[in-house]
Amino acid sequence: MRRILFESLLARPLTEAAPAKDDAVAAELAGHLDRIARRRLGRSLSIREVDAGSCNGCELEIHALNNAFYDLERFGLRFVASPRHADVLLVTGPVTKNMREALRRTYDATPDPKWVVAVGDCAVDGGIFAGSYAVVGAVERVVPVDLHIRGCPPRPTQLLTGLLALLEAM
Amino acid sequence: MPPLIEQIAGHRVEEHQGAPRVILDEAGWRFMCGALAAGQCTLLGLWGDTGTVHMAVLDQSEAVVLVVSLPCPDGRFPSVGACHPPAVRLERAIRSLFGLEPVGLPDPRPWLDLGFWGIMHPLAAATATTAPSAAYAFLPAEGEGLHQIPVGPVHAGIIEPGHFRFTANGETVVRLEERLGYVHKGIEALMAGATLDKAFRLAGRTSGDSTVAYALAFAHAVEQAWNAQVPARAIHLRALMAELERVANHFGDIGAICNDASFSVMHAQCGILREHTLRTADACFGHRLMMDAVVPGGVALDLSAAGGKSILALLAQIKRTFPKLIELYDNTASLQDRTAATGTLGAALARQFGAGGYVGRASGRAFDARRKPGYAPYDALEFDVPVLQEGDVNSRVWVRIREVEQSLRLIEQIVQRLPAGAILAKLDPAQGRREGLGLVEGFRGDVFAWVCMEDDRVRRCHLRDPSWFQWPLLEAAIEGNIVADFPLCNKSFNCSYSGHDL
Repeated sequence: MRRILFESLLARPLTEAAPAKDDAVAAELAGHLDRIARRRLGRSLSIREVDAGSCNGCELEIHALNNAFYDLERFGLRFVASPRHADVLLVTGPVTKNMREALRRTYDATPDPKWVVAVGDCAVDGGIFAGSYAVVGAVERVVPVDLHIRGCPPRPTQLLTGLLALLEAM
Repeated sequence: MPPLIEQIAGHRVEEHQGAPRVILDEAGWRFMCGALAAGQCTLLGLWGDTGTVHMAVLDQSEAVVLVVSLPCPDGRFPSVGACHPPAVRLERAIRSLFGLEPVGLPDPRPWLDLGFWGIMHPLAAATATTAPSAAYAFLPAEGEGLHQIPVGPVHAGIIEPGHFRFTANGETVVRLEERLGYVHKGIEALMAGATLDKAFRLAGRTSGDSTVAYALAFAHAVEQAWNAQVPARAIHLRALMAELERVANHFGDIGAICNDASFSVMHAQCGILREHTLRTADACFGHRLMMDAVVPGGVALDLSAAGGKSILALLAQIKRTFPKLIELYDNTASLQDRTAATGTLGAALARQFGAGGYVGRASGRAFDARRKPGYAPYDALEFDVPVLQEGDVNSRVWVRIREVEQSLRLIEQIVQRLPAGAILAKLDPAQGRREGLGLVEGFRGDVFAWVCMEDDRVRRCHLRDPSWFQWPLLEAAIEGNIVADFPLCNKSFNCSYSGHDL
């Protein structure tokens, strides 16, 4: 273990430069966010991830945000274990009818001010599962959504761009 | 003993290509139940259809897949679960989705249907429901000093939703019961009547971490149904993708299991290897998880010469780094203290449930669908199937480690021997009904796909995730362990919620 730690100390960091700002994403946010939130939160956001019916592809890429290349925490963003600790809900999936109640309760358990980011094509409009007897469809049919990040699944850089836009807009 | 197929009498279905499908009468169905209970064959799948139930089994040689069907015009059939417990949840699902009644089923509680759909029996003649469903009765555990811990559906980590009901005595788990179905998306209903183009995309989104394995199992089933020949280059590229998927997932799992024992160095290092693997997949096949890269008839994208070189560079890097991580895992006593002798699954249960993947192979079950029944190109490639006997978290880590090494061998052979030629054959839809099946070794275990095509569309498609036979075993493996070791045990199984819930 000492050898691996020592090599890691000497090696150049793998972490890559932050992605450029995405104007369209930032514009979507402008209407939703206010100065008070910025003052209150500063450059720090706690994120609670909620899988509301995804195929787990989105979860894999959200996980990747924590690896050495993307290193989400350097931006003051971190994943938390409870909605009670969260500022942002990151919601994936076409919202199955079996998860609708749990998603709503998770939203209600998150203290104000709060933001919801719908991640992946399914969360935007139900994606390939739209029309099934078992899904509600878009996340915004269940809870208000502040930002959409498309993709099947979105790449980690797309996720990072969206989350940074959220930070910038606060 | 003669092969199973010679012991059953029934009408062999002509439109079922490849593996045989035999229509049985009730006596024949009961004979199959007895054969399962006696361990003469292994249950691969049990699913409903309009007025019929189908069962797929692997015979004793593990080389032959057999499908049997029982028409049930009065909506009833003799329960398989009554004499063979691995069938119980499958029959509960058939009951909830199709309204068919397994007579004698020991546990008639609904499965997948949590009472929110607004309809009953969505895959049969769906009927509207207005009354709220009765509260779900969890199985009792009785004794002094017991308390219950309900967990989920929303969990603390970045994971899929499901409910776990623990009954514990102090820290010791007396009973764990899972309640699943939260991510049920109705995939089988969406499949019915779907075009091939939509259907293979749905198959590839049944469990995102196994997108290649699912797309491949679905493609095998359709190609079998239509007697299609796939070009040799495509067969090799499919295996290349499947092994990249296996390696990437095993890296993720090995790191995550260590992380659940608070050993974050392994998590970080394995995360780097996983990311390199996904980036290489992206560079070669245009998608980090290789979604929609395997298509019926072949593959969607060819591997360039530069792509082949980038894969060899990835192999070199893994071979440089991974042995140091294996050594670190092996030599860290505090980590071994958590993983060794934790969450033990006995060999008898693994065999009875036909547990696939690392869950089975860490508990002495040597089954690997790449070897037997087997499919190209693995018959022409050299690889070992690592098997351990202890059945604990540690063994499931070691099986993954050894499988990474074998996958690296396979990838190297495939890149070096990649045949030239076409990557996609044009499929010729057969007139009328044609049926076929696929059994593919995903990273988690064997993925089973069965299709019934009607002209150029899917009439019915059933996809069975390996998790169906692994989830119940997690309940057995956790018994007598402490609550704090559950994340470790759970991650070492890493069952799919989405693949199971469909």
